[in-house]
Amino acid sequence: MSADTETIMRRFFTVSMAAGGSVGIALVALLVSGFTLDAPRAPAAKGWSAAERGVILSLALDRLVPASPDPSNAFEDDPAAAALGKRLFADTRFSRNQLVSCASCHAPEKQFQDGLPVGRGVGTGTRRAMPIAGTGYNAWFFWDGRKDSLWSQALGPLEDAVEHGGNRTRFARVLQTHYRADYEAAFGPMPYLAQLPQDAGPLGNDAEKAAWAAMTPQSRERVSRVFANMGKAIAAYEKRLAYGESRFDRYARALAADDAGASALLTAREASGLRVFIGRGQCVTCHNGPLFTDQHFHNTGVPQRSAAQPDRGRAAAVAKVQADEFNCLGRFSDAHPEQCAELRFIATDDATLEGAFKTPSLRNVALRAPYMHAGQFARLEDVIAHYAAAPVAGVGHSELPHGHGGRAPIRLSAEDADDLVAFLATLSGPIAERLR
Amino acid sequence: MNLFPTTACLGLALAMLTGCMTTPAELDLSLQKQSRDRKFVVTLEPPAASPAINQMHAWQVKLRAADGAPVTRARITVDGGMPQHGHGLPTRPQVTRELADGTYLLEGMKFSMTGWWEIKLAIVATEGTDQVTFNRVVIDPLAAR
Repeated sequence: MSADTETIMRRFFTVSMAAGGSVGIALVALLVSGFTLDAPRAPAAKGWSAAERGVILSLALDRLVPASPDPSNAFEDDPAAAALGKRLFADTRFSRNQLVSCASCHAPEKQFQDGLPVGRGVGTGTRRAMPIAGTGYNAWFFWDGRKDSLWSQALGPLEDAVEHGGNRTRFARVLQTHYRADYEAAFGPMPYLAQLPQDAGPLGNDAEKAAWAAMTPQSRERVSRVFANMGKAIAAYEKRLAYGESRFDRYARALAADDAGASALLTAREASGLRVFIGRGQCVTCHNGPLFTDQHFHNTGVPQRSAAQPDRGRAAAVAKVQADEFNCLGRFSDAHPEQCAELRFIATDDATLEGAFKTPSLRNVALRAPYMHAGQFARLEDVIAHYAAAPVAGVGHSELPHGHGGRAPIRLSAEDADDLVAFLATLSGPIAERLR
Repeated sequence: MNLFPTTACLGLALAMLTGCMTTPAELDLSLQKQSRDRKFVVTLEPPAASPAINQMHAWQVKLRAADGAPVTRARITVDGGMPQHGHGLPTRPQVTRELADGTYLLEGMKFSMTGWWEIKLAIVATEGTDQVTFNRVVIDPLAAR
C-alpha cells in the first residue's frame, strides 16, 4: 500500500467515524464496490457532458423564476405591510419576557438563523431555526411543513410557549399602542380592544385559554384577524429576502455563455465537488433547482435528537396543517378554496412521511452551521459522512440507497467528501431585501 | 402527441446522471395502455408544456372500454411514487371531474424531482374494476434547455 493510499484510507476512516457508522462495514463496502482509492481527481470545469452542463445550469440563480403570489395573503406586495412587517420582525415587545423577537432566532447578520442546534426563545425548542431567504417559494413551512403559507408560519412562534410565548389579545394591544397608524395604513381600522382581557389566547396557559373562551366569538374573530394581519405583514417583508449571486452562479453563467474564463471561477477541487454533487454523490436528486431543494420531505435517517421522544416529522404535521385555522382554506385566508391546491391535494397517508423532514436549500449553506433539523451535525463534513454511511432511521425508513431497488449506494472517498465541502462553499452569496 | 417521446432519452440520461443508475432500460413509457385485466384502454394526457419541477399541474385521463366506447361516470383513484427512492407522490392527485364523456380531469399532479415515477390508476366503472400503471421519466425542463 502506498503512503498516499494509506493517507486516503485514514481520511476515509475519519469520515466514517464522524458519521457514527461502522468503519469496518463501510470500508469493506468501499473495497467490494471496486472503488479505487487512489483514483485521480477528475479534471475540473472542462469536459462536462451536455446532460451535466444542463444540470449545472438548472441550479443557477438566473434560472429562478419569480415566486408565485400567495393567494392567501392579499397584502404580500403592499409596501406598507412589508415596512410594518420588517419592524414587527425585530420588535421584542411581542414576547412574554419582552426579550424575544423573530430576529432573535432569525438574525439578519447570521443568515437569518441563530447558529444554534435548536432554537432558543423564552425557552428551548426542539428544532433548528430555519433560514428565511427564498422561502417565498415554499409550499410548506417549518421542517415538517405544518404551515402552508409564510404568514401562517410567522404566527406559529409568536404563540409557541417556548418561542415568543405570547398571546393574541396582548399582541393586538401592543400593536395598537405602538403601530396603530402603520397597521391601519395597510389593513384598515383596528377593532376596539379596550374591554378585552389583557392576556387571552387559544394556545396560552390555562388562564389565557379560559379568558379566550370567555370572549364572544365576534371578539375572538376580530383579535384573530389582527393577529393574522401581523403574520401577513411579516410575510410581506420576508418574501422580499432573496439570495444573491454566488461564485457558483457566476461560473454557471460563464459556462452558459461558453466563456473560456469559466474555469477560472472554480478551483479544481470545487469543480470536482460539483461533479460529485451532480453525479455519484446523488446530492442533486433532492437538492435540485436554483434553490437547491425539491421542497419536499424525506427521511434520510438523520439521528434522533431524543431516542425517547422520536420526532416523526412530516407524518405528525399533516393533520396539524389541515386543522390550522390560519391555513389557506381558513377564514383568515384571502384565497378562494380552489386556489389552495397544496392543501386540497396534500399527501396524507404516505408511509414515507414518517420521520421525513424538509429538504433545506443549500444556498449559503457553508455559512449556516449547524446542520439538519435539530442541528445534529456541526460541520458539512459530518453531513456528507452521514449520507455516505446511510444509517438506519430511528423512525420510519431512510430513503438513502443501500444498493437495492436499482439505485447505487452513495460511495464517496475522503477526497470526494473534501471536494464536496469545497464546492458547497461556492454557493455562498449575499442576502438582499428586494423591492417588489 | 406531446413533448415526452422526444425528451425521454435526455430524461433517461439525466436520470442516470443524477443517481438513478439503473432506471430499467425496458421501461414502458407509453401513455396509452390497456388496464391490467384488459377491461379498459387508458390514455394519459400530460400538459402540453412540461411543468417545472414542483409545479402543480393537471393531466387528462381518457377512458375507453375494450370496444372503444368512452367509459363515463367512472371513479378513478390515483397513487404512485418513485420505486427507486421508496417514496410516494408528493401530493395526492385526484380526479375532480369528468370534462366530457370518458375524459377526466386529474388535478394535483406534482413531481418533486427528476427520475422514474410510477402513476397508478385504480378504475371503478359499471364496465368493471381494473387498474393500470404508467411510467414517467421526469426531466427538469430547466436542465433540458
